[in-house]
Amino acid sequence: MMTIEEFGRRLRAREVTSVGVTEECLGRIEAENPKLNAFIKVTADEALRQARQADQELAAGTDRGPLHGVPLSIKDILDMRGLPTTAASRVREGHVAERDAPTVAHLRQAGAVFVGKTNLHEFAFGTTNEDSAFGPARNPHDPTRSPGGSSGGSAASVAAGMALATVGTDTGGSIRIPSAACGIVGLKATFGEVSVDGVVPLSRTFDHVGPLAQTVTDASLVYHALLGDAGTKSPVPAPIHGLRLAVPRPYFCDMLDDEVRARFEEALERLRTAGARIDDIEIKHAKEIVPVYMHISMADAAAYHAATLETMPERYTKPVRLRLEMARYVLAEDYVRALAGRERLTREVDAATAQHDALILPSLPIPAPTIGASTVQIGSTAEPVRNLMLRLTQPFNVTGHPAIAMPSGLTSAGLPCSVQLVGRRMQTDALIRVALACEPFVTLHRVQV
Amino acid sequence: MTIESWLQAAIADAEKRGLPDLKPLLEALARSTQVLRAADFNDEASGKR
Repeated sequence: MMTIEEFGRRLRAREVTSVGVTEECLGRIEAENPKLNAFIKVTADEALRQARQADQELAAGTDRGPLHGVPLSIKDILDMRGLPTTAASRVREGHVAERDAPTVAHLRQAGAVFVGKTNLHEFAFGTTNEDSAFGPARNPHDPTRSPGGSSGGSAASVAAGMALATVGTDTGGSIRIPSAACGIVGLKATFGEVSVDGVVPLSRTFDHVGPLAQTVTDASLVYHALLGDAGTKSPVPAPIHGLRLAVPRPYFCDMLDDEVRARFEEALERLRTAGARIDDIEIKHAKEIVPVYMHISMADAAAYHAATLETMPERYTKPVRLRLEMARYVLAEDYVRALAGRERLTREVDAATAQHDALILPSLPIPAPTIGASTVQIGSTAEPVRNLMLRLTQPFNVTGHPAIAMPSGLTSAGLPCSVQLVGRRMQTDALIRVALACEPFVTLHRVQV
Repeated sequence: MTIESWLQAAIADAEKRGLPDLKPLLEALARSTQVLRAADFNDEASGKR
């Protein structure tokens, strides 16, 4: 499927129309969704109406900017007026959103076309998309495997050409994990930068909204539209020569699948050859990231779900219900300890990024796991899938730093690998420029499904 | 409350609520809490940490 950037050029050159490309996306949804289960709701009629309007506006001289007429999908955890926000849970039965989430309103204002709402791990509380009231979404690269989660349907929709880009949420990696598993780009901006109003929360301390797209440029265009900055131009890459990158090896590179490690080291070598300077560094309290994340996110989730766990527990999928029930046992004193840990970790990542243009590390320690697997073998030990999938992304939900996942080749079985870059807080655009500089050396070429 | 006494109380409460499957999750939470409490960023009233 063409990128947003390419679509924009061809739309304005009158080579394609929004209606034509929207019909192409809807055709792929019709053909592939029975297999991939990426969508909970397809809004074909409304999408075609929006596309016709976009074409008519452009013909009349009204150009809303880079997202004008672009078919997008939206994770079914963001409110879209007049539609249910299911969060992939029966707990939400009967809900209809009265208004758009501000981010959705911004996209609408930017001229985007909404092809439908995508599947997710129930309440965004999982990394595989297996526990959904609508059944699991599947990975377009291998439908026996998870697309990652929680924004798994969103990532699958872009990787399979059902939308040019999508919008997801990321509380412990739910944009970057599925982007990595499906071979696309996922961006989480600095915490607090993109509105989370009108979004079903998982952890209000860690929730982010952001784009999943085919390229760094496309992710940047959607990110700016989410902010309400629809007129933005394509970003300009930082110079690759002299770029200062840091690999936080202890903890972050301790537990990697062999092929993921190989693709990561190959990407580093290409970046070095291109002129980037790459140092090894350490985040001192990295080993405390998991308990810090766990105690804060669980306490947040418990507070939001306590009432419905009492009144309608049978409506949750069993694994999600059990994790939420477990969350209710977190003690206040441990929550406060975790807040102190969060402060310490944030300062340590601030210090690391102050000395470098970005941190660089893998996004996901393993390729997309088989649906139903509870553990994955790493070396001689079997590790829980959930722990592994969160391991490299949740640190930057804890600290709030912007992070972007981008494809970095395939395993011998044809499964995507991914590299993550982490920038300075409140400097998401600077991170995007670094990612653009690295993209030709990390990604080499886009993987088409 | 020590982690051990918290864990025993939590498991007993979960069983009373008809949620025996919570036991392994609570044990995992207890291990995580152990790491959290051992971290050097914690302080305490004695002033020794």
